[in-house]
Amino acid sequence: MAITIAVVALVALNAYVLLAGADFGGGVWDLFATGPRRADQRALIAEAIGPIWEANHVWLILVVVLLFTCFPPAFSGLAIALHIPLTLMLIGIVLRGSAFAFRSYGSSDDAPQRRWGRVFSIASLLTPLLLGVCIGAIASGRIGTMLDQIVRGAPSESFASLYLLPWLSPFTIAVGALVLAVFAFLAATYLTVEATGDALREDFRRRALFAALAVFVTAFLALLLARSRAPRVSAGLIASVWALPLHVLTAVAAIGAILALWFRRWHVARIAAATQVSLILWGWAAAQAPYLVPPSLTVENAAAPRRTQLIFLVTLALGALVLFPSMTYLFRLFKSSRRHETVPTGRNDSV
Amino acid sequence: MGDLLAARSQMAVSLGFHILFAVVGIAMPVLMVIAETRWHRTGDAMYLELAKRWAKGTAILFAVGAVSGTVLSFELGLLWPSFMRFAGPIIGMPFSLEGFAFFAEAIFLGVYLYGWERISPRAHIAAGTVVAISGAASALFVVIANAWMNTPAGFRLQSGSPVDVDPIAAMLTPAAFPEVLHMLLAAYAATGFAVAGIHAMMLLRDRRNAFHRRALAVALIVGVPAAIVQPFSGDISARYVARWQPPKLAAMEGQFRTQAGAPLRIGGIPDVHAERTRWALEIPDGLSLLAFHDPHAVVRGLDAVPRRDWPPVPIVHVAFQVMVALGTYLALLGLWIVLETWRRRDLAANRWLMRAVALASPMGFLCIEAGWTVTEVGRQPWIIFGVMRTSDAVTPMPGLIVPFLAISALYCFLGVVVVWLLYDLVMRSPITRESDGAATAPAAA
Ligand code: HDD
Ligand code: HEM
Ligand code: HEM
Repeated sequence: MAITIAVVALVALNAYVLLAGADFGGGVWDLFATGPRRADQRALIAEAIGPIWEANHVWLILVVVLLFTCFPPAFSGLAIALHIPLTLMLIGIVLRGSAFAFRSYGSSDDAPQRRWGRVFSIASLLTPLLLGVCIGAIASGRIGTMLDQIVRGAPSESFASLYLLPWLSPFTIAVGALVLAVFAFLAATYLTVEATGDALREDFRRRALFAALAVFVTAFLALLLARSRAPRVSAGLIASVWALPLHVLTAVAAIGAILALWFRRWHVARIAAATQVSLILWGWAAAQAPYLVPPSLTVENAAAPRRTQLIFLVTLALGALVLFPSMTYLFRLFKSSRRHETVPTGRNDSV
Repeated sequence: MGDLLAARSQMAVSLGFHILFAVVGIAMPVLMVIAETRWHRTGDAMYLELAKRWAKGTAILFAVGAVSGTVLSFELGLLWPSFMRFAGPIIGMPFSLEGFAFFAEAIFLGVYLYGWERISPRAHIAAGTVVAISGAASALFVVIANAWMNTPAGFRLQSGSPVDVDPIAAMLTPAAFPEVLHMLLAAYAATGFAVAGIHAMMLLRDRRNAFHRRALAVALIVGVPAAIVQPFSGDISARYVARWQPPKLAAMEGQFRTQAGAPLRIGGIPDVHAERTRWALEIPDGLSLLAFHDPHAVVRGLDAVPRRDWPPVPIVHVAFQVMVALGTYLALLGLWIVLETWRRRDLAANRWLMRAVALASPMGFLCIEAGWTVTEVGRQPWIIFGVMRTSDAVTPMPGLIVPFLAISALYCFLGVVVVWLLYDLVMRSPITRESDGAATAPAAA
């Protein structure tokens, strides 16, 4: 049963990456909006994420709640060891969300608009980086080692070696860069589907292709550094029986996404990109299994009492019954191909 | 500042900030749905304008509520990892249910805010209704989790760890019903009067402004009944505290000695060293009567527990007095409004009434902050009453003052911005006069 719940956690994380990740990526492209159509680019991004970002954001909360309900030692351990990067990430989340709302609903004067846009986009850039750093720190296994030290009460260790160095290394930064690249790639690819005109679509096609390259480079770098910094995950990704099929599938999806972008098959590109990103995530999880926080907390030994797990799964099933129809409704309403009728004036017109 | 104090302060700031926005997220959808329904009933376009303007403000507040809530769900672990390790499996259930309420709320708020032109009016009102219901449900579930911290149940202690965990029993603790009822009423009373107060202020400047008249009426429909019922709900809360958390009641009342026929103290400052409460107006037998409905009942004082188990008495006492005083004001004001309405008087023409409503604007929110201070500080030194001490729950990381200052600065900044944006929004409201006829309302859709 604990395995089922761990899989659910991964599904929720996957949803967060594919949905909210693209919202963050949108913020990144807001920062890098350039050329004659920069205002249109920003308007398209704002229109794309406006109605959905809060719902997408809830996936993260679901992951957190799931973790502390079903794997409490893992939650409290991560919260201790990753206190600093998580706090920084939260500040990013707060600034991203509120700046976006302030820009969308606040005064329509130019200067505050631009100021909030800047806060929104910079926070959108930093938050994924920190998320990636946290994931990299877990994968590296150094968090787990440090936790064992804290529990044993290691007074001789310095603050930095307990709370700073375990998550700050070239490897974790590479994973941070990978997550950022992935989010930017997803956003640009989705935006090619949602763009209202051909010129705008070409803007995002170029961005998507560029981001695909960045994903490739950062993924390669992370994998390279993993050999010395995250040996367990690295070994899993290289030596397991499933390693080869996984890499082949990921490569097919990646090349498929690039080809689809190249030949302007926007919908195909969107699916291929989402598949590629999901495979990267599941590859990490499979390589790290059965550990939640290597080297000591596993899915089994960190699990909550069976009764809690059971009730949690029932709750989840009931919740899903409400959630999925509502989610579908939301996306049908705002993401279907009605875009060509409405003019994206960006803000204020819809409320 | 020590690490424990920094952690407690950070929790207090984060919760005290979040609750303001959460409360708006619970009650504003109700106001908007009422306004929109009236627009359909009467065809008066100004009600539509009202719903749209309120929606703008709510969108800003809701976003800040969502992100500050996210901060909280991480902070539970960041600051209190041992608590969450212990309590996670026991009270994870209400938090999970709350997660689905958030989903419903966020999804249908998106539909509501961006769907004016895309869905039928009926579907639009339905979306608003779902937001209102799921807002109340979020509050229900999270307050149930808090109730468990006050009256823990649903597990057995075995050498310091919980066994026989029963998450359902943990949701149905004695504190759950009174706390949830009181919190929901508080949300409607506070928001209703806050909004009514703002529009009353505008009416004091411009008595015949049709827009603000309608806004006032809708806000009072939500605020007044809740404010009138609130003291009764507060009585239920006080009686559960008297039964289940005697040290908290003693701190609320400044009752140092165990005593039959204890007096009710109004005002006053508890002096912890002298173990008495000075300068209070004492009503003989009042406390015994209120807390146990028996003038001779024995009320356990702080002397019934060891000193190290005392909560910070002055804070709890003063916070309680503030809540009751302001709550009484709101309830009396509510009765006055009912009376005036019953006599078919024009509320907006009564300048004294409008002044009183304007004055009430911040009061509900002050009550909420004060009430939560009573609940949370009154539970100290326990994080789980009688089971785990707050000092045993705090994270081992040193230097907690840094995140505390960072979060406080961030929230101060956001608070200022939000107030400024809302001020701007209110000041740009339409100035149609009643005699001009509602038909010329600006931006009529
Ligand atoms: C508009 C807000 C508001 C108003 C007018 C009142 N309260 Fe309140 N009170 C709250 C808002 C609130 C609150 C913030 O919502 C609390 C904190 C926890 C809770 O359940 O409700 C609370 C807690 C709270 C508690 C502590 C419960 C606990 O520790 O679990 C008591 C005994 C009362 N209240 C009693 C009263 C009385 C006798 C009132 C008489 C007028 C009153 N309240 C008005
Ligand atoms: C430890 C305490 C709390 C935690 C961990 C918490 C967590 C959260 C989270 C994660 C959200 C964001 C949901 C979204 O993205 O839409 C949120 C919003 C909300 N919370 Fe809290 N919360 C806490 C306390 C409270 C309390 C005491 C109340 C109630 C009275 C409350 C009521 C709400 C409501 C109604 C919302 C949605 C409306 C809004 O965002 O403004 N919360 N909370
Ligand atoms: C939103 C309304 C709430 C407010 C304003 C509030 C206020 C506070 C305050 C002032 C403290 C510090 C008390 C002290 O250390 O002296 C505190 C602590 C705490 N609260 Fe609340 N609280 C609220 C709701 C909740 C809810 C719903 C939960 C959980 C489910 C919760 C969980 C905690 C925890 C874990 C602590 C830290 C430990 C402690 O000091 O006991 N609070 N809160």
